[in-house]
Amino acid sequence: MPMQDTSSRDLFPGALEMMILESLRRQPAHGYALVQHIQQRSRNLLQVEEGSLYPALQRLLKAKLVKAEWGVSSTHRRVRTYQITSAGLRRLEEQRSSFERMFEGIALVLHPGKSPAS
Amino acid sequence: MNWVPSFFRRRQIYNELNEELRLHIEERVEQLKREGMSPAEAERRARVAFGNPSLIEERSREVWQWPTLESIQADVRFAFRQLRRSPGFTAAAVLTLALAIGANAVVFSVLNAFLLRPLPVARPESLYQLQHSYEASSYQSYPDYLDLRDRNHSFDSLMAFSADEVGLDSGKGDPTEIWIEDASGNYFDALGLQPYLGRFFHASDEHGADSAPDFVLSYEYWHAHFQDDRNVVGRVVRLNRHPFTILGVAPPDFNGTLLFFNPAGFVPLVEHPALAGNDLTTRGDRWVFDVIGYLKPGVTGGRAVADLNSIGSSLEKAYPKDERKMTFTLVRPSLYGDYLGRPVKAFLAGLMLLTMLILLAACANLGSLFAARAADRSREVALRLALGSTRKRILRALFTEAIVISLAGGAVGLGGSVFLLRALTAWRPFAGLPLHLAVNPDARVYLAALLLAIVSGVLFGAVPVRQVLHTNPYEVIKASGSRAGRRVSVRDLLLVTQIAICAVLVTSSLVAVRGLARSLHAHFGFELQHTMLAEADLGMAGYSGDRVPPMQKRMLRALETIPGVEAVGLADNVPFDPAIGNAMVFRDNSPDLLPVNTAAHAYSLHISPGYFRAAGTILLSGRDFSWQDDINSPRIAVVNAEFARRLFGSVGAALGHYYKLRDGTRIQVVGIAEDGKYYSLTEDPQPAQFLPILQSPMTGTTLVVRARPALGNASDLASAMRATLRQLDAGMPVVVETRFKPMEVTLFGPRMATVALGVLGLMGAMLSITGIFGMAGYAVSRRLRELGIRVALGAQQKEVLQAALGRAVKLLAFGSAAGLLLGLLATRILAHIVYQATPRDPLVLAGVVLAMALLGLVATWIPAQRALSIDPLVLLRED
Repeated sequence: MPMQDTSSRDLFPGALEMMILESLRRQPAHGYALVQHIQQRSRNLLQVEEGSLYPALQRLLKAKLVKAEWGVSSTHRRVRTYQITSAGLRRLEEQRSSFERMFEGIALVLHPGKSPAS
Repeated sequence: MNWVPSFFRRRQIYNELNEELRLHIEERVEQLKREGMSPAEAERRARVAFGNPSLIEERSREVWQWPTLESIQADVRFAFRQLRRSPGFTAAAVLTLALAIGANAVVFSVLNAFLLRPLPVARPESLYQLQHSYEASSYQSYPDYLDLRDRNHSFDSLMAFSADEVGLDSGKGDPTEIWIEDASGNYFDALGLQPYLGRFFHASDEHGADSAPDFVLSYEYWHAHFQDDRNVVGRVVRLNRHPFTILGVAPPDFNGTLLFFNPAGFVPLVEHPALAGNDLTTRGDRWVFDVIGYLKPGVTGGRAVADLNSIGSSLEKAYPKDERKMTFTLVRPSLYGDYLGRPVKAFLAGLMLLTMLILLAACANLGSLFAARAADRSREVALRLALGSTRKRILRALFTEAIVISLAGGAVGLGGSVFLLRALTAWRPFAGLPLHLAVNPDARVYLAALLLAIVSGVLFGAVPVRQVLHTNPYEVIKASGSRAGRRVSVRDLLLVTQIAICAVLVTSSLVAVRGLARSLHAHFGFELQHTMLAEADLGMAGYSGDRVPPMQKRMLRALETIPGVEAVGLADNVPFDPAIGNAMVFRDNSPDLLPVNTAAHAYSLHISPGYFRAAGTILLSGRDFSWQDDINSPRIAVVNAEFARRLFGSVGAALGHYYKLRDGTRIQVVGIAEDGKYYSLTEDPQPAQFLPILQSPMTGTTLVVRARPALGNASDLASAMRATLRQLDAGMPVVVETRFKPMEVTLFGPRMATVALGVLGLMGAMLSITGIFGMAGYAVSRRLRELGIRVALGAQQKEVLQAALGRAVKLLAFGSAAGLLLGLLATRILAHIVYQATPRDPLVLAGVVLAMALLGLVATWIPAQRALSIDPLVLLRED
């Protein structure tokens, strides 16, 4: 049974949370749907272990960036649906800009000579 | 943080989480089935995609956990489960630690009570005792005390006290002997004490000798002997037949400023003359036992000493005939300065060190047990690592196990030690003396035990850390771990150290026991066997002056008539009575009788004719006294051989010659007695003089009664003696005891040392047994397969044993040898406490070797049996 070390399982700290928040910004969803959504949107480039979503969701819940409610899905399944809060929206904006700046920096280091904004 | 409600809320969160995860997997399974997968395959794929559910659940829970409390709780629960699985290991570990931590708690508690806990008085940190700079005592004469008190500029108030044994008659006509403290009038006020009941006496109550017949009871005595009767205040009782008024009761925790000595009550110091016969005016009579005082704020010890010394030197000049050297040091009063302070400190420090060593040995022991356990569990550890547990997590679990064990051990040990300490506190080692060992544990002791438990848990928990960190899951699971050990491991070193410690303890306890046993059968210049003592203080009974000698003579005659009595003699105090007198003696040609010209300080016994025969002291030459040697005949003495050597140069030169006493009396030596021990068993030969009691009458009366060896038992003789003496004077307090009894005070220290060493030696032995057992057992179980192959290949029993246990035996031999050597060195120190404690004793050497061999045998017995019963067939079939 091949096993990665735990550290490589996460993308980098906060990335998963940001993706979850972005997904929820578009529409509320339950855990299973969220996983599908992220995997589809990333064209399966991000091989996220499905379960690893849940600790992240709990962190967001605790920080009151999302809220959850039990309900019934369109397929008549009992589901727990997550919804982004206004605090979550604010956090998403902050993180998005700081992530973009970070990517810019990384890109500059990886491709010296190119101008970033072009 | 309001974690109580959140604890319940978390319950719900966890339940929801659990359901959510379950639903997620369910949904995935259904999705896959819809895509045409078989149910089993769909289930499998869903789980693979999801990841380790329990790990994910744990991570999700962690988000909510109040930082680590809950994961610690989980670890503790896990540890309990693990420990329950191996009850033998757990019990051994807890018991080992309980003993070690218990011993530490007991010793620390004693140390705490004697050295760390402050006296229950105001400002205990600035209370000092004025000790002579040349010896560990604080004796002063009353006039000297007054001068020191009134002329110094460094102390707020100098207090003085003395102790007296008196007969207390509380009106029922049956006097009991009690010890009281005679304290200066400023005593209670200076110490900042408030009476529990009634009032104290004050400085203003003192107006010269016998001016304040007041009596303050100690709470303890009042509680025990006056049944908490609040009406005692104002009642008149008799002390040595003098009326005293009970003023009040001292506060419950106050028993004077000496830790060992709990007086039944306090009377003003000015009453001492009435009770004990000394006076308040003789400058040369240093009967004041102790002088203590509070340093003024801002005054340093050095300045105070200089101040006192300048008063001292002016007193020396003013009264050259009376004063000895008057120089001082300041010491702590609670153990009478250095007199008890120094030996107690040394003894307790040594004991603390030994018990710490025991604890260290226990930790070493448990550490190797733990390491062995971790090695046995290496498969489990590897499996857990492979399943995604982190090393940190596994270590934390191991440490939790260690801490759980150490806390359990600490709790059991502390419980045991509290029990023991309570018993020690309640114990009255000497019937005739108010000596208490108030060693009740307090918060500091509990804290120390907790700390020791945690530290030792961390210590022995740390031993297998490296092992776990280096565990490679694949390697361990592939190979089934039968690697041979390294040449010398830390564990071996720990074991050798531990065995050496044990051997040190066994050696020193054997030496101590032998020394003690020998000291009870040696000849000390008097006979111990078949001898009874009857102590009576005629002063206490109201006799004085001319009435004393006839009464003493009547007592002698009366006791002689008891059937079976061989000889009766009388002395004011016999050797080993703590009250034995000591006097300066001078050569006959000494120019003047100043203290500086003293030829010797000689123990002084005032004895009746026949004393030597009754006591069993051998006269080397000359004659015994007779009843004709009274005040009207020339002053004579019998001296011991050491006295003769010191004053006259040799034993032969003394007979018929003269020496002088302090008061100028010229005394002729008429006999030489053998040397003996007078005050302590470890003392060097001391000079002693025996003076006829008719020439210098004393009220202190100790009758020495020697019975014919064949005759009955001691208690019959004792009751006959008591009855006989009661017929003479029913109101006279008498203590009848065996000749051994007064020696118990002297033997107390050596006995305690022997008991302590014996207990520690036993504990060390137990630890070594478990240590060797653990190591040998582990060696055998690890090499079971190898041994099996050896047996299959035709190895003899001897060879199997050698292979299995050779290492353990070698370590044992090495450790014992090192320990024996160290132990023999250590007993040199012991010789200062226990008389005749000599390591050069074949019995001790043989005893240590035998003990260690026995210990090895016991420890390796089970592993050896196991190694011998190896059946290669069974072993090979197992894999």
